[in-house]
Amino acid sequence: MHPAFSVIFLTTLIGAGQGLFMALVTGQVYSLANLLEPQDNVTFYAAGSALALVLLGFGLVAAVFHLGKPSYFLTRAWRGVTQWRTSWLSRELIALPAFMLLVFLYAVSHYANLTNPLFVIKGQIPVDVTLLLGVIGSLASLVLFVCTAMIYASVRFLQEWHSPLTVANFILFGLASGFTLAAAFSAWSDVALVGFYGVWAVIFTVLAAITRGFSMYRNGRIKHKSTLQTAIGVRHTKIRQRSMGFMGGSFNTREFFHGAGAGSVAAVKLFFVVMVFLVPVALLAASNALGSAYLPILAFAVQYVGLMAERWYFFAEAKHPQNLYYQSVA
Amino acid sequence: MTQLALVIDLNVCVGCHACVTSCKEWNTSGWAGTMVDQRPYDADPTGTFFNRVQMFEVGEYPKTETVHFPKSCLHCEEPPCVPVCPTGASYKREDNGVVLVDYDKCIGCKYCSWACPYGMRELDEQQKVMKKCTLCIDRITDQDLPERERKPACVLACPTTARLFGDVHDPDSEVSIAIRENGGYQLMPEWGTQPANHYLPRRKTRIQIFDDELERADNPLKKEAPLPAAEGETLDDVAY
Repeated sequence: MHPAFSVIFLTTLIGAGQGLFMALVTGQVYSLANLLEPQDNVTFYAAGSALALVLLGFGLVAAVFHLGKPSYFLTRAWRGVTQWRTSWLSRELIALPAFMLLVFLYAVSHYANLTNPLFVIKGQIPVDVTLLLGVIGSLASLVLFVCTAMIYASVRFLQEWHSPLTVANFILFGLASGFTLAAAFSAWSDVALVGFYGVWAVIFTVLAAITRGFSMYRNGRIKHKSTLQTAIGVRHTKIRQRSMGFMGGSFNTREFFHGAGAGSVAAVKLFFVVMVFLVPVALLAASNALGSAYLPILAFAVQYVGLMAERWYFFAEAKHPQNLYYQSVA
Repeated sequence: MTQLALVIDLNVCVGCHACVTSCKEWNTSGWAGTMVDQRPYDADPTGTFFNRVQMFEVGEYPKTETVHFPKSCLHCEEPPCVPVCPTGASYKREDNGVVLVDYDKCIGCKYCSWACPYGMRELDEQQKVMKKCTLCIDRITDQDLPERERKPACVLACPTTARLFGDVHDPDSEVSIAIRENGGYQLMPEWGTQPANHYLPRRKTRIQIFDDELERADNPLKKEAPLPAAEGETLDDVAY
């Protein structure tokens, strides 16, 4: 498949935004259980979720450029919410704005200090508006992760994507980058949660490495259902295409081929393995030892660049059966 | 229920591309807007087509065979491209089973093209909407046309009658009979998409004939050997 930069930016940006939001809520829940110091509502929770909202907003802008024409966002995109019964893309188009609204409300409720408990569970846990919005928002974030991933995992013709591993990867990559960003944000705003978020970031990064490793192993030995024999219905072991019917390109030759050589693809694979998994974990460990405010930021930057490469590779490794019909330029 | 479809006879197709050009001519001139051509006279021409003729070589020289392979939307009975559409622009007509795109609803997200294993959908680079074979829906449903012209442009253009058009759900239609009697098959049956369009395989017509049926054993003009008649009655003399 051809990796579209709009989709690469969309999925990586909203993944990090969702992960960051869930990291903030995790911190809030931990402080509720007196496991962590409670943080300032405005400078930490409101500012942090505003940062998540900025990432989600940039993701939305990237998504607009995935439309045929950006103007379709105003004139036609509203129709995209109508087919939620059958289309995961439609479900994502509902889940993304809904989640953004919840993040916005979470930021506003922290900014407005709405921390008077609405009710108390078992005389122990005071539940206020911010916590309620945080929990609902985290569930919405998970739903959005599933919707985004299922857009790819539900296309059964792309066998490299058609696997539960795709969903696991999207969730874990989002959480890994989000918690790394939370560590970076904590370091930047001089909050003593760098270690807490850093440890979770390392855990999610390692888990992502395991599931991505499984999917790469699976994709490396995948057996494609369609062959040239079934594509044209001729039973012979030796079939070659001599002409695809045209000399110039077409949508079929642009959308479904990445155009990079095998060497480049292998290089991108190595690059993302180093940038997503190895370097951030090393940097987070180093920051834990050195107490540096810049290393977690560097870790996030490195991991984000790596995730863009990972998403590029995710597209490049998927082989569409239609490519069987476009083997020979003539 | 009606399911209109094409049946393409690979035994007859000569790969002349007449269906390709007539398809483009008809559909680029229609009410739905042009099918764009970009850089048509430059080094890197490209454009939107609903129909292509490809060529495959089967076997290894000298035992090769050329298969000309016309390729257009198969109007699947279980179209995987339809449910994935987020806007409802992609749909299958209830009355005749033709899979269509509403160009006024399409947002050009290309997701349906990923969900078609055959690569039958193309994004028009000018209108930025997904386009595909309509089975010339504006011709076949046009009651003002004489009935013999109510067929897709490709079918009318084919000089060898390699393309048949009709209702594959009607067991007595020309297409159903062709599929049934000439070994019609579907492309990539492994996906369960149930393409309505069928292809007829290349077929060889052979008569079974033995050497003694070609040569009379007691040919009186044969010089090479003594006549078998001298040794008694031969098979040729036996009256059945």
